[in-house]
Amino acid sequence: MNQDRMIGSEIVLKALCDQGVEVIFGYPGGAVLPIYDALFQQKELRHILVRHEQAAVHAAEGYARSTGKVGVVLVTSGPGATNAVTGLTDALMDSVPIVCLTGQVPTHLIGNDAFQEADTTGITRPCTKHNYLVRDTDKLARTVHEAFYVARTGRPGPVVVDLPKDILMESGPYFGPTNVEHKTYKPTVKGDADAIRQAVALIGSAKRPLIYYGGGVVNSGSAACQLLTQFVEMTGFPCTSTLMGLGAFPASHPQFLGMVGMHGTCESNWAMHGCDVMINIGARFDDRVTGRLDAFSPGSKKIHIDIDPSSINKNIEVDHAIIGDVAHVLEDMIKFWKAAQARPDKKALKDWWAQIEEWRARDCLRFNQSGKLIKPQYAIQRLYELTKDRETFITTEVGQHQMWAAQYYKFEKPYHWMTSGGLGTMGYGLPAAMGVQVAHPKALVVDIAGEASILMNIQEMSTLAQYRLPVKVFIINNEYMGMVRQWQELMHGGRYSESYSAALPDFVKLAESFGGVGLRATKPEEVDPVIEEMLAADAPVIVDVRVDPAENCFPMIPSGAPHNEMLFGPEDTQATISDEGMVLV
Amino acid sequence: MGNVAKHTIGVLVDNEAGVLARVIGLFSGRGYNIESLTVAEVDVEKELSRITVVTSGTPMVIEQIKAQLSRLVPVHKVSDLTTDGPSVERELALIKVAGSGEQRVESLRIADIFRARVVDSTSESFVFEMTGSTDKLNAFISLMIPLGLTDVSRTGVVAISRGPNPL
Ligand SMILES: Cc1ncc(C[n+]2csc(CCOP(=O)(O)OP(=O)(O)O)c2C)c(N)n1
Ligand SMILES: [Mg+2]
Repeated sequence: MNQDRMIGSEIVLKALCDQGVEVIFGYPGGAVLPIYDALFQQKELRHILVRHEQAAVHAAEGYARSTGKVGVVLVTSGPGATNAVTGLTDALMDSVPIVCLTGQVPTHLIGNDAFQEADTTGITRPCTKHNYLVRDTDKLARTVHEAFYVARTGRPGPVVVDLPKDILMESGPYFGPTNVEHKTYKPTVKGDADAIRQAVALIGSAKRPLIYYGGGVVNSGSAACQLLTQFVEMTGFPCTSTLMGLGAFPASHPQFLGMVGMHGTCESNWAMHGCDVMINIGARFDDRVTGRLDAFSPGSKKIHIDIDPSSINKNIEVDHAIIGDVAHVLEDMIKFWKAAQARPDKKALKDWWAQIEEWRARDCLRFNQSGKLIKPQYAIQRLYELTKDRETFITTEVGQHQMWAAQYYKFEKPYHWMTSGGLGTMGYGLPAAMGVQVAHPKALVVDIAGEASILMNIQEMSTLAQYRLPVKVFIINNEYMGMVRQWQELMHGGRYSESYSAALPDFVKLAESFGGVGLRATKPEEVDPVIEEMLAADAPVIVDVRVDPAENCFPMIPSGAPHNEMLFGPEDTQATISDEGMVLV
Repeated sequence: MGNVAKHTIGVLVDNEAGVLARVIGLFSGRGYNIESLTVAEVDVEKELSRITVVTSGTPMVIEQIKAQLSRLVPVHKVSDLTTDGPSVERELALIKVAGSGEQRVESLRIADIFRARVVDSTSESFVFEMTGSTDKLNAFISLMIPLGLTDVSRTGVVAISRGPNPL
């Protein structure tokens, strides 16, 4: 036993290594100095020194979402931990597996308002899947292993392990990760066979079916994505994706109707409104998707597959719930489907597709690149055309550019699209791209950004420079908090209160000051050359794409409206928005 | 949506630091109602505590509450004692009544009818201990108001299912 004793900080690092961790994103401070000292004396773990703890969490999210592994964060007590809170909340909302180690004042000072003390477990309780305060070095190894188990199993999420400094300095026993199972926490992965059989029978009777999938498919793994594709193809059903699900199914596939929801395509939203059987696979009936609840898909029977029982019947009452991991459930569904007799009426399905094709023919995402100003949609479409043949990962900030990215960049594979969906965190994209680039050093990683959002974590340019991470920041610069401006235009009489991006930096010089490359496009014909130049640079790049500041993001289902009341373009902007809609976010 | 109804939910949890805060935070954070909540360790060896929470909501909300509770990592078991078969509910109250003369005698007489016990007595006050259903406690307390009620301390409901099976 003796040889297995070590000091707390070494236990932490050993546990990380045994969990297969290769990279930590972190920032030092007094309470975690013992860990930094141990890091200094080893070679297995790589540490990426960020410039702000929020960015450490987003970087770990980018790392996790592009690899399927757990992302690891290390921050100090007090302000280090509070700075991480936005990132943790983001990871909770988007179900990203993160283990965040926070320093804490020594146990005997806890509760005394000691220097850099914060009630980290108290503050992070509602924004983590679970958290721990380790009060005994004997329990340290087990707690770290358990944190990884909780973070990655079931519906993934962020887990905080708060580490008082004395615990890191005392010696204790080391235990490996074998047999770390939680006493109580045992998520259901295998779906109930009867429930699946009933769902398959219902699917067999559908006349106007729709498959609606989300981030849960991506979280379930690449096998789940393949099974989804198989299921969609064998049924011949149309399918639509949430913002988080993009890439789980190839965007170029003829059965894909595009994204659903507030800025989704007309064919997706109207299919959702008009379907008679809806098969929700790993999505959560989020309000961005459902619009007005009492008018949501009024005529459909709904099947919901989710690993998290609390997602079932939360917003929308469903007819068939299947609790389990998507990959397991789809495997069974495919098996039962093959064995089942019932098949949807061929004629009905054909008519349904004809209706969908009619909607699709509206070409709701068309835009008009004419005149001297670059249309933001055009810039993203060109970015897509010029990068689609490479291994490209896209992250975004939050706003119009994010929605345009989702609409105009076509994702063929999972794990290549990282955006802040649930929380909508401006400042997510750059650090997330950094984490992706760390995981995929040779790949092209582009943050499609807004000029306002990018300033929220711009300091990470310095991290990119330090580690020679050639992330490309593609700013759709409309000189406005465009999404805010759009809502003000549509709902607040065009009173653009505080949404103009005044006093912007010179992004070209800004890039250069961080040791990167700065580029600019102001005319449509400059877009292609600037993208080519960006791709040629083996360095961090900021591209300042000056776009039409007045452009709005369409289609749009205004808050509080049902799917069949969609705005298609400028001609629709006089739409009336109900009082109930006005209070919604 | 369904009607709002009262439910008594039993929750078996690991008796670890912060577990009560998790449960209470879940209710306040998601806007669920807590009518009463009791907690105490029930198995010292296995370090288990039992929480009884009385809440109200539509059937969909009650389902959500149970699902959200089950999702908490230290939660072993969640049971809706209102719907999962018959159960017994009890609450204990300590009720202080100050007074003299006829009122004092009257309070003692009513306490006797309600089977409340006197656990403290001075020349100008009584403390009654009473166990029963919430309704019975409420009835007794309202009778004490005109007789000099000065203080009440209640445990909130504890509940257990009828029959041989545990939670
Ligand atoms: C941290 C944070 N603060 C505020 C908001 C609200 N918000 C949503 S979009 C947006 C404007 C974003 O502007 P920009 O980055 O320029 O993107 P655009 O909409 O112009 O493409 C704001 C302020 C947010 N999502 N996140
Ligand atoms: Mg902008």
